[in-house]
Amino acid sequence: MPSSHSSPDFAAAPISLWRRGMNSLATCLAATAVFLVLLPLAAIFAYLVYKGFGSINWAFLTQTPKPVGEPGGGMANAIAGSVYILLIASTFGVPLGIGAGIYLSEYGRNQFGNVIRFTADVLNGVPSIIIGIVAYGLVVLSQGHFSALAGGVALAIMMIPTITRATEEMLLLVPIAVREAAYGLGVSKWRTTLSITLRTATSGVITGVMLAFARVAGETAPLLFTAFGNQYWNWKMDQPTAALSLQIFSYAISPFDEWHRQAWAGALILIILIVFSVTAVRIAASRGMLKGAS
Amino acid sequence: MANRALGAPGLGGPQPLTKPGLAASSQARYQPLLKAGDSHLADRFFFIAILGCGLSVLALVGLIVYELITKSALSWHAFGLKFFFRSDWDPVNNQFGALPFVYGTIVSSILALILAVPLAVGVAVFITEMSPRWLRNPLAFITELLAAIPSVIYGLWAIFVLVPLLRQYVQPGLARYFGWTGLFEGPPYGIGMLAAGIILAIMVVPIISSITREVMTAVPQQQREAVFALGATRWEMIRTGVLRNARAGILGGVILGLGRALGETMAVTMVIGNRPEIAKSLFAPGYTMASVIANEFSEATGDLYLSSLIEVGLALFIVTIIVNMVAQFLVWTVTRGMPARSNA
Repeated sequence: MPSSHSSPDFAAAPISLWRRGMNSLATCLAATAVFLVLLPLAAIFAYLVYKGFGSINWAFLTQTPKPVGEPGGGMANAIAGSVYILLIASTFGVPLGIGAGIYLSEYGRNQFGNVIRFTADVLNGVPSIIIGIVAYGLVVLSQGHFSALAGGVALAIMMIPTITRATEEMLLLVPIAVREAAYGLGVSKWRTTLSITLRTATSGVITGVMLAFARVAGETAPLLFTAFGNQYWNWKMDQPTAALSLQIFSYAISPFDEWHRQAWAGALILIILIVFSVTAVRIAASRGMLKGAS
Repeated sequence: MANRALGAPGLGGPQPLTKPGLAASSQARYQPLLKAGDSHLADRFFFIAILGCGLSVLALVGLIVYELITKSALSWHAFGLKFFFRSDWDPVNNQFGALPFVYGTIVSSILALILAVPLAVGVAVFITEMSPRWLRNPLAFITELLAAIPSVIYGLWAIFVLVPLLRQYVQPGLARYFGWTGLFEGPPYGIGMLAAGIILAIMVVPIISSITREVMTAVPQQQREAVFALGATRWEMIRTGVLRNARAGILGGVILGLGRALGETMAVTMVIGNRPEIAKSLFAPGYTMASVIANEFSEATGDLYLSSLIEVGLALFIVTIIVNMVAQFLVWTVTRGMPARSNA
């Protein structure tokens, strides 16, 4: 605009009503979107607490399921089963995942590392039901029956890629200089990695592990034909085992009001279990209680 | 390996640089540190163990592919490619066709995306560009919380809250005003394709919105300032300055959400009605690839039945892998390096 060159007039031209209207409209729409997304979240938590809280009682926490028609009964075996399966899964998944993460960050800055990194991302995207099929083929078919071990293996496979990528990310945050200081003192690579690099990154790695744990704790699909579910207590690795998520599923699709009530209670317990274990480990990590673990 | 070169002086003992006596004493002082397995051998073992962990990731994916391909071979030989174009699913007569499941999976996922994408992008835009600064982190945290709810709990909520709501209020209304489209016909059961689409939409919103946020944050701040300097309103700045630059990444987020929707099992299984039929109406019950596996796998009698279910799984696996790869590539084009150069 040549005219403004001679007499500079930077007073902004008034923004037209249309443009101002569009701006307000867009703001309103975005705020509405936030509201619409938060609505189901609030509804889910409200229903969980409202329906579940009234149904949790001592019997629910200490008894095994009763047959249809008999009142009472609980999910004690399912709660214990979930913990059991998750322990098996962590036993396999956590060391392998952390090991693979160490490989990627300490040895994998090359083409082969990229291949593994890419494969881990692929594994992360595999639908959980497919993992169930594979665990079925690997463990259930070779054992001859459904088992806690099969469920644990399925969940472990799901944990590994999450832990691997989180561990890698956290180890890469540790400055190279820290490693070099250790090397400079003549400490060998394996000790540097374990007691210097990994230890520095402990709390980050634990966060990654807990993320993976929370992700698989509520999984149902891979347990359907691996752990399979059980009406009774079971502590044998090679026997079908109840799990909270499986129990919620089968009660939810049943036609009985009493079971629906228990499904809500189970769901509330499941959420509490996830939140509780994640916070407990976080607190332990922040207080340094797990520093020596690595 | 660079580290071995670094570690080498320690392993061989320090070379006497000035006075032999000093070197000897310092070597004696550091002796305890250098003991305890600080050898090439230990390093070698450690490397092999760690490499094993890394290789296990490769092995797992290889195992998945191997299991799915070998176990579905029977059905592949019996039906060939026609498997995916036949619509009869008749375990009694050993006739299997996966078309209803493919249809159900595609329709429920697309429905979910249609509902979820505007919401997710709206949420991301609000959080990154519009909300007051103090509200940003809490809002981001709460939307991420949606992703942490187990799918079986979504299903539970959908059965007892969403489905009755749809049956009583939403579906009669849709049928009255939009019945002419043919998409909203038939008795309002509540349970059906529509319920599955809605619950899937709720589940994929956090994925799409978190990727969208990530990508929008990657757009350089100067871009925003430049558009503002031209006198744009905030919305014009977001539209031309941010969204247009980030759109490849947003598309990546959408496709990532699609990948999640395709493979989602439990919540869908609980509300879609589980009937292998192809119906135009969204009120009608349907079936998806993941839910047929979930429902019938442990009860499948006969090798061909089981093999057909695994072939459905193989197809689902291949599709989700491709979808995820495309999505990751698109997100990568925006977050690594400069914003995508695709401005029209």
